[in-house]
Amino acid sequence: MDLAVIVLIQVLYAIASLVVVSAGLAVVFGMMKVINLAHGEFMMLGAYAAIESVRIGVNLWVAMLIVAPVSVAAIGVLLERVFIRRLYGRMIDTMLATWGLSLLLIGIVTSIMGNTTAGISAPLGNFSVGAYSVSSYTLVIIAVAIVLAIALRWVLLHTSLGLIARGTMQNPQMANALGINPSLVYSATFALGAALSGLAGALLAPMTGVVPTMGGAFVAKAFITVIGGGPAIVAGLISSSALFGAISQLATFAMTPVFGEVALLAGAIVMLRLLPQGITGRFFKGAL
Amino acid sequence: MSTPLPDRHASIPVPGALERFAHSWKSAALTLAVGVVLLVALPFALDDFALVQATVYAVMALLAVSLGFVWGFGGILCFGQSAFFGLGAYTYAIAVTNLGDSTVPLLLSIVLPAAFAAVLGYLIFYGRLSDVYMGVITLTVTLILFNVVNSTAGPEWTIGKAPLGGFNGIPNIAPLNMPGNVDDVIGPRGMFELSVGALLAVYLLLRALLAVKLGRVIVACKENEQRVALLGYDSRAHKLFAFVLAAAIAGLAGCLFANWGAFTSPTIFGLAQSAQIIIWVIVGGLGTLVGPIVGCVAIQWLTTQIGTQQAINSNLVLGAILVVFVLMVPKGIVPSAGQLGVRMLKALRGGRRDVAAVSTQAAVPRTRSAAPAADHEASHSAPNASHEETA
Repeated sequence: MDLAVIVLIQVLYAIASLVVVSAGLAVVFGMMKVINLAHGEFMMLGAYAAIESVRIGVNLWVAMLIVAPVSVAAIGVLLERVFIRRLYGRMIDTMLATWGLSLLLIGIVTSIMGNTTAGISAPLGNFSVGAYSVSSYTLVIIAVAIVLAIALRWVLLHTSLGLIARGTMQNPQMANALGINPSLVYSATFALGAALSGLAGALLAPMTGVVPTMGGAFVAKAFITVIGGGPAIVAGLISSSALFGAISQLATFAMTPVFGEVALLAGAIVMLRLLPQGITGRFFKGAL
Repeated sequence: MSTPLPDRHASIPVPGALERFAHSWKSAALTLAVGVVLLVALPFALDDFALVQATVYAVMALLAVSLGFVWGFGGILCFGQSAFFGLGAYTYAIAVTNLGDSTVPLLLSIVLPAAFAAVLGYLIFYGRLSDVYMGVITLTVTLILFNVVNSTAGPEWTIGKAPLGGFNGIPNIAPLNMPGNVDDVIGPRGMFELSVGALLAVYLLLRALLAVKLGRVIVACKENEQRVALLGYDSRAHKLFAFVLAAAIAGLAGCLFANWGAFTSPTIFGLAQSAQIIIWVIVGGLGTLVGPIVGCVAIQWLTTQIGTQQAINSNLVLGAILVVFVLMVPKGIVPSAGQLGVRMLKALRGGRRDVAAVSTQAAVPRTRSAAPAADHEASHSAPNASHEETA
């Protein structure tokens, strides 16, 4: 019984962390069709922003939930203005340029911070289920993932901001004719995606440790999740996170964590062969 | 069947002239001649250390050519070319440790990555996944291989007599030997000649492939997959073939690389390696076969230079180069340099012609070369298609 609870918590945590890791990418790819291969490095920047602000005495929660997203959003806007907006509509070139940006960011951070692992310890301590002990922080991640999904859906569907953003992505000329500045909307959407990436990096920093090259571990997982999800941004994010998170966590229990990763990625490749449009290309059509 | 151009046009370098030169046998012969001269002359000009350095340039150039072919001519952006490279290296290392004689391992290191690419390519092309998915899936496969091989450090991970070694890699890989005689191993100079020879052979093979129908259909798949399919060709099979061929070349490069250092480790599957290959190709020039070689040598030299000092991080420089080339020199060095040369020639001969004359001349050869090709394809494919249906 205790084991069942532990397995359940771990599976939920795996799903939640996939949601958190992929949310920023889901916004940028789902809305703007920009493949941001620097997503992992945005997470890395968020993690460093959190760690550095904790070091100078900012409260941990403020650092993770406010400082990290805001500072990464600022960097995202800068990069969008200088590089990425020149490449809209050229998907492969965007992919290559953002990969270049990711190497560039790794290089810059390595030069400044050094190639060593920094870390913050997970707050809140542990709680026990029978004979097992679980870090309370896993529950925080699960809660954040739920709040994030609901908030994202609410912003996109029920606020005028979300309406403007979705409208601009569908038809920038029409939005422009209606008095909206599309380039501003693009910047804002990219900033939102970057902020979510930064938040993810900061939230996961206590669990993973922070190195300049940490992004590489997340970017493939995030991409597979977003692409496996299909056209609907939030529904796709949740459904594919649920599928892949469960697969990887169960494989981890059965074998090793490495095998869990492999099962996730291999499962995703097979799934894309069966459902080339992703999960929401077949099911939950018309959802967001 | 096409009428020869009037002399007046032939002597004048027009924008089409560069393209025609790049597709002519003259450019292939020129490249081969340069290659053969290097192959013969470098062992005399360089000492052993420099020769070993030159060998790794040739091996990596082979890897660059494999991506240059599948991306530039097949239109398939493979983010995981290093996966096949690494598979080739590991296949050779494991097989040669088990078998002793290196002939079969050499063949295996080509066949196994090709077979792996066939399975992967089947999933991608026959699932009709788009370019973007292609990039992400190949990237993912590379990461899977890296993770798996990286975690095989324990003594329980052995294949036959060969321990996989996990993140430590496999040291002391036996070098290639003459077929049948295990003691007659290849020296540094032989290794250099073999690597450059393999590079030239692969270059020639690919040029020949691109000149025959199979290669033309592969290029056509890149230009317009739907039209190719409507003409009666199986675009999926052609793309799969290009993908598998590139994987085989990358596998061969991996085998040579394992030979070169007598060592292989999981980092050759890594993202950094994949990124480097793409940077070589895009810097050298997409859509050429010489470009990737030039780009590879230039970038390799640059990273070696960066490695000798501490102030600037190599990731930083590589990232900056990639961004700058994508945004500002999307054609790469070789085509841009060619264009620059043509433009300078034109400026030198300038005065005599006006712009309009140049632009009409530019249009003439292009339509002339395109039209017969289209006729040719159409007249061939139509009977083929009907034949297949009746058969």
